[in-house]
Order: sequence, then structure tokens, then C-alpha cells
Amino acid sequence: MQYKLNLNKVSTTLDLLKRNEKGVIADFDMHKVPLKLLEMGCLPGNAVELLEVAPLGDPIYLCINDTHLSIRKELAREIQVELVG
Amino acid sequence: MKKKIKVALIGNPNVGKTSVFNALTGLNHKIGNYPGITVDKKSGVAKLDDEVNATIIDLPGTYSINASSEDERIVLDLLFDPTNEDYPDVAIVVADIENLKRNLLLFTQVKELGFPTVLAINMADHMEEKGISIKIAELEKKLNTKIVLISAKKKLGIQELKQAVLDYKNFSIEPCLNATAVDTEFFSKLALTFSNLSVFKLWMIYSQDIKIGNIGKKEIEAKGIHLSENEIKKLQHKKTIKRYQFINDALKETYSRDVNKASDIRTKVDRILTHKVYGYLIFFFIMMLVFQAIFEWSSIPMDWIDEQFANLSTWVHEVMEPGKLTDLIADGIVPGIGGVMPFIPQIAILFMFISILEETGYMSRVVFLMDKLMRPFGLSGKSVVPLISGNACAIPAIMSARNIENPKERLITILVTPFTTCSARIPVYIIIIALVIPDTRIFGFLSIQGLTLTLFYLIGFLAALVSSWALSKYIKSERKSYFVIEMPNYRTPIIKNVVVNMYEKTKAFVVGAGKIIFVLSIIIWFLGAHGPGERFENAEQHITEVYQDKEVSEEELSEHIASYKLENSYIGILGKTIEPVIKPLGYDWKVGIAVLSSFVGREIFVGVLGTIYNVGSGDENDEDGRIKQKMAAEIWPDTGQPVFTLASGVSLMFFYAFAMQCTATVAIVRRETKSWKWTIYQLVFMTVLAYVAALIAYQLLK
Ligand SMILES: Nc1nc2c(ncn2[C@@H]2O[C@H](COP(=O)(O)OP(=O)(O)O)[C@@H](O)[C@H]2O)c(=O)[nH]1
Ligand SMILES: [Mg+2]
Repeated sequence: MQYKLNLNKVSTTLDLLKRNEKGVIADFDMHKVPLKLLEMGCLPGNAVELLEVAPLGDPIYLCINDTHLSIRKELAREIQVELVG
Repeated sequence: MKKKIKVALIGNPNVGKTSVFNALTGLNHKIGNYPGITVDKKSGVAKLDDEVNATIIDLPGTYSINASSEDERIVLDLLFDPTNEDYPDVAIVVADIENLKRNLLLFTQVKELGFPTVLAINMADHMEEKGISIKIAELEKKLNTKIVLISAKKKLGIQELKQAVLDYKNFSIEPCLNATAVDTEFFSKLALTFSNLSVFKLWMIYSQDIKIGNIGKKEIEAKGIHLSENEIKKLQHKKTIKRYQFINDALKETYSRDVNKASDIRTKVDRILTHKVYGYLIFFFIMMLVFQAIFEWSSIPMDWIDEQFANLSTWVHEVMEPGKLTDLIADGIVPGIGGVMPFIPQIAILFMFISILEETGYMSRVVFLMDKLMRPFGLSGKSVVPLISGNACAIPAIMSARNIENPKERLITILVTPFTTCSARIPVYIIIIALVIPDTRIFGFLSIQGLTLTLFYLIGFLAALVSSWALSKYIKSERKSYFVIEMPNYRTPIIKNVVVNMYEKTKAFVVGAGKIIFVLSIIIWFLGAHGPGERFENAEQHITEVYQDKEVSEEELSEHIASYKLENSYIGILGKTIEPVIKPLGYDWKVGIAVLSSFVGREIFVGVLGTIYNVGSGDENDEDGRIKQKMAAEIWPDTGQPVFTLASGVSLMFFYAFAMQCTATVAIVRRETKSWKWTIYQLVFMTVLAYVAALIAYQLLK
């Protein structure tokens, strides 16, 4: 799914999304993100939605590019997203 | 003779590889899963047509050929080693129709390796419900491959899949995209280093540091190729992006999904199962249910099996000529094996639950719930899977730690998993609990015996946590940890999968334990029925003289003779030698022998006691050969007190809770850690802890 980017887009990082907030992955430092996450579909331009946050605040549960996965906030912090209106 | 080809099932985790495997092969599996040997891959035979049979290999799930965990490494190693006996002629890439995009990444890599490849798109039964439509013929053209739509659950398309594999010689083995375009200059230089290998293989050798034949990273570097870690990583990232671009293009016109039909059941269930209160409550409730079930559901079949073995023993005495062989069978082998077999129902129930929890997708939610809780102990949420499976058997559990990417977390998980209460402890716990814990209930339904068992499960789990906390302070980590786990969709388990899994694991237990017990009970019977010197030889004469003036019945006299013989047999002498070491724990020498021999495997404890007590009971036509009654009747000869009391019972349970009584686990730890140092540390630490805990328990309670 391709989302049209809003002109007044809001940039943030993945760990700061709220439940059910959607965004598009913008960019990240390739050295800080494991290859595995990319291979699972976490690539610039792909849609992302935050589904749940674990009861103790970490990890988070995401849907990226149709794949449901869970990562820790320390990793999510490295990934820039643009919120979708 | 029939032609035989080799087929590997490759795919992401949870796409249904094992289900496809089961559908293709029926029950003709070969797994080496017990003492020493382990399952890396499961293989089975499928009949493709009248002429051709295929050996199917079920590989661990992987997201990519680039291995980031030990589990994925197995796939990599197999696909790059033509000399491996399992090196496939054909690859079936199994994909989930709901997430074709991600699944195709692995497909493009496998195809690029040059295998004739069939793409089996599984879960086709979901198509309508999810509003998915797919143009197979067009997609086949774009991917340059054969595609079969299947449903392993509904058994659809399995025949077509077999047909497709038969035709493998006619497949194109060209890659479906040119991923080297991300850096043409570098890759054409790389291609020149060794022209007998494809540039993709050379790249994999270089970036993953593997070898094909005698070509490795060093050899490539010697030919003037040099990239830093970062440059390698950058290229890997670029290639991944390139592959996804290709996949997106291929799927654009061939695959569509009605967004409105995306079911929200998953969302609703997730909300409950990962809820901050209900989530943990449900988890706790499920665990309680499992343990209660182990105790309650299995008691009837257990008693039944127990009885059959007791009858068998009597029957052997009745129909066979009296003599050494009869004694060996009736007093050695039958009670030895009969001591363990009653635990089959419990082990089967446990494996059933674990397999259901995995099949439904619930395990991943547990990982999600527990991750933050596990971190202070130096573990991650992923350690929960080994720690829970450890409640069935430490061997597959330790192997499942391969999913943990971080080496430190993985090592700690392996080292502490044997503390969890594996099924081999059940025989020991159950029989001791039945002997020393009263059979009463609180609130009318919670049995105290069941609670005691639950308590010992908790003790095992706590021991694992505390020791991993200590280890995490001590072990240095060289790599930053990261945590990425897929949350699969919820699925109703396929009954056949659960049954097959239950059957295989239980069989492995029975055969594995049975073999050892068979040999051990022969040895122990022999050592118990023979002895050195005069005292053993003249037992009958001696005891008859001692009791000459006293009034004893015939029966009592033969009991006395038998136990005097046992004391002076080889095993008696051995037992007496170790008695000073184990007496402070509350065990007599017979229990000591059982503890010692069960170093091979905990479950052997009961079997060995069965053999010892049977050899030691003079009565040939023992009506009630049940081991429990015999244990209850055991007394200390000097004080006349029963051997199995609350104090010695609890002491035994603590000993078994902590001791590393399983040679197969020692072997697997060595294999998985590739380190004797850690293996020996673990063994010594657990044994010392077990001894000290048992000592304290006995001294406090006696
Ligand atoms: N609906 C449906 N479920 C399936 C199908 N094949 C497998 N499953 C389920 O998918 C889950 C994962 O299957 P499994 O064979 O263990 O996958 P593996 O991890 O790739 O070996 C299990 O819950 C299966 O019951 C299918 O064709 N249709
Ligand atoms: Mg599987």
C-alpha cells in the first residue's frame, strides 16, 4: 500500500508512535538496524502501524508492510517515520 | 529399482512447512532426537508416482539466506554444501498466501542459488475469507518458476505439488532478478575471482564467511577483494531493497487483497492476550491448567499401565521354567521398564499442550509479554520458549535456543534451561509426592499433590532465573543485542500436526529411556543377584541358623534371606560404599544406587528402584509388584523407620530439581555451546547445588 504523503507531514521515530497510529518509514541509519529487520520488510517507503505496546511499556508490536512483528523500543528509536494523517 | 530424489522444504517460520511435510510423507518420518543425536532436519519419504520416491527434508524456518541465528545457519550450511548427503535436487519454497511479499524475498535468494525451485503458496483455504486473488500464470512468468497453490490443512494441491516436483529437470534455474545491479563494478570484479562459482555464491561466501569446497573468504580476499564490515552491510541492505522492488513489481498486477476484508479477530484477541492484567492471568491460568491436566487426566491410564507390568511379571514367573533367565526377565527387565512406562500419558499430555501453544501462535504472545520481565535476568523474551519447552525436555528446548540471535543471551539460556522441570523428572516427582504428600484437597478441588508439583515447577523456573541473573553479571557480551520477532496470525491447530508431534516426542522418550533402562536393569539385576565370597553363597544357611529359635513364617524367612543376599551382593557392597555420602541427605544405599544410575537420565530412578526391590523381595509370585507399595514398605534396618518420609522425599525432590541427571543434555549442551568449559561448569554447579539443597531440606525437615 502506498500512502500519499501529506504536505504538513510530521516526522517522529517509531518508538514514539501511539497505539493505532500509522506512518511511513522514512529513513534510518543502516548501521544501527539489523539486516533481519530490513529483510522482514522494514524499508523506507513502507507503511507501518503500531498495534500494541507490551504491558510493561516495551517491546512494541507493529505491522510493517503486512508483516506483524515485535521489536524493542531501543531499536525502534533508530527508525524515522512520517505520520500519516 | 525406484528412483529417489531429494527435496528440501524451505520457507519462513510458520508458513506451514511441517504441515506440508506431514501431508507429503504421512507417518514415514525419520528423526534422530534422543540420546546424543539431535534433529537438525526431519526427513521422510513421499511417493511421487509409481517410479519416483522423494526424500523430503523439513528445514528450520528462515527469513533469508543471510543467517542471523544458528537455526538459519543450518539452512545456509545445507544449501551451500553439495557434499552433504541431504543436499537437495529440488527446493520447494513454501510461502504464506497472506504475506507473499515477505515470503518471496527468500524465494528469490533460493532461486538465485540455482536450485530447480517450486513455489508452493500455502494456506490457500484462506483466500476467499481474506479477499485475496492471485494470477498464477502471470506470476509464474514474472518469477520464472513453477507455482502450486496448496492448502496443507485441507489437503488441497498436494497431488499437484508432487507432479510439479517430478518435472524438476525442465525448470529454469536462472535467477529471477539481477541483484548485482546495485554495484555492477564490484560484483563484476567479484565474479572474476573464481569463475567456476556464480557471483551470488561468491558473494555469500564472502559476506557470510562460509566455504564451498576449498573456496572461502580468505581465498577471495587473496584475489584482491576487500570490503569493510560496513561496506558489506551496505551492499546487503541495497540488495534487499532491490529484491523488494522486484517483488513489488511482480506482485503489483498479479496479487491483490481486499483491505476491507482483513479480519479484525486478530486485533481483538491480541488486545486480550497482551493485556496488562488479563494477559498475565491467562498465561498463568494456562500453565496451571497444563499441570493439573498432567496430574488428573493421566492417573487412570497410569494405573492401568502399572498394573499390566505387575501382571506381566507374575505371568512370566508362572509360564516360564524357574531359573536364572526367568528371574532376569521377571525381576530385572520387566520391573525396570515397568517403572518408567506408566509416565507415557503424562509426557504425551505435556507435549500435546506445548505443541498446541506453538501451533496456535500463542507462544509469540508469551514472548512479547515476557520480554521486559526477562531482561533484568540477562535473558530476552525469546528465552521463554526454551524455558517453557524445557518443561517437556531439555534437549529440544536447548536446540530451540538457536532462535536467539544474541550469543550471550543464547549461552545463558542454554546453561539455565536444564533447571526447568523436564518430563523425565515427572516419574520421580509423582512417585515421591504420592508417597509423602497427603492426598487431600483445598477448596474442594485443588489437590495438594498437584500444588506440590506446581511448586516444584516454580522452583525449577526460579533456579533458572536466579542463575541466569548471576551469569549475566559474569559473561561479557561482545555484540549488542537486538530483538525482532514475528507475531504470527492465530490459527486453529491442525490435529494431525499435534498428534504427530506428540507421537514422535513420546516415542523418542520411550525408546531412548527404554534402551538405557533395558541395559541398566540387566546390569543391576546381575549385580544384585550375584555377590562375591562366602557371605552371599551361604546366605540361606546363615539366615536359617540365625532365625532357628525364633518363630518366623516361611514367607518372612525367605524375605530375610533375600535382603541379606542383596546386602552382600555386588550392588549391595557398592551401595554401602557410597552410603556415607548420601546418608546425610536421608537416602539409604538402595536409593543411592538409584540416584547414581540415574545420572544417565532421571526417569531411570524409578526403574532402578523397581529392579532393586524386586530382586530383594524373596517372594517369587509377588502378587502386588507395584513399585509404590514397595517403596512405602521400605524401612531402615537399624531403626525400623520408613525410608521414604517427608524429609527424605522432599530432599530427593530437591536433588532432582537441581541436579544435571541427564547425559543426553550434557552432550547437547556441549554441542550447542561448542565449549567443554561451559558444559563442565554447568554440570559441576548443578550437582553441587543439588547436593547442598537436598542436604538442607533433609536436615531441616527430619
Ligand atoms: N488455515 C491453514 N492453516 C495452516 C495450513 N498449513 C499450516 N497451517 C497452520 O499454520 C501453523 C504453522 O504451521 P507449521 O507447519 O508448524 O509451520 P512451519 O513453522 O513452517 O513448520 C500451524 O498452526 C498450522 O496448523 C493451511 O494450509 N491452512
Ligand atoms: Mg516446522
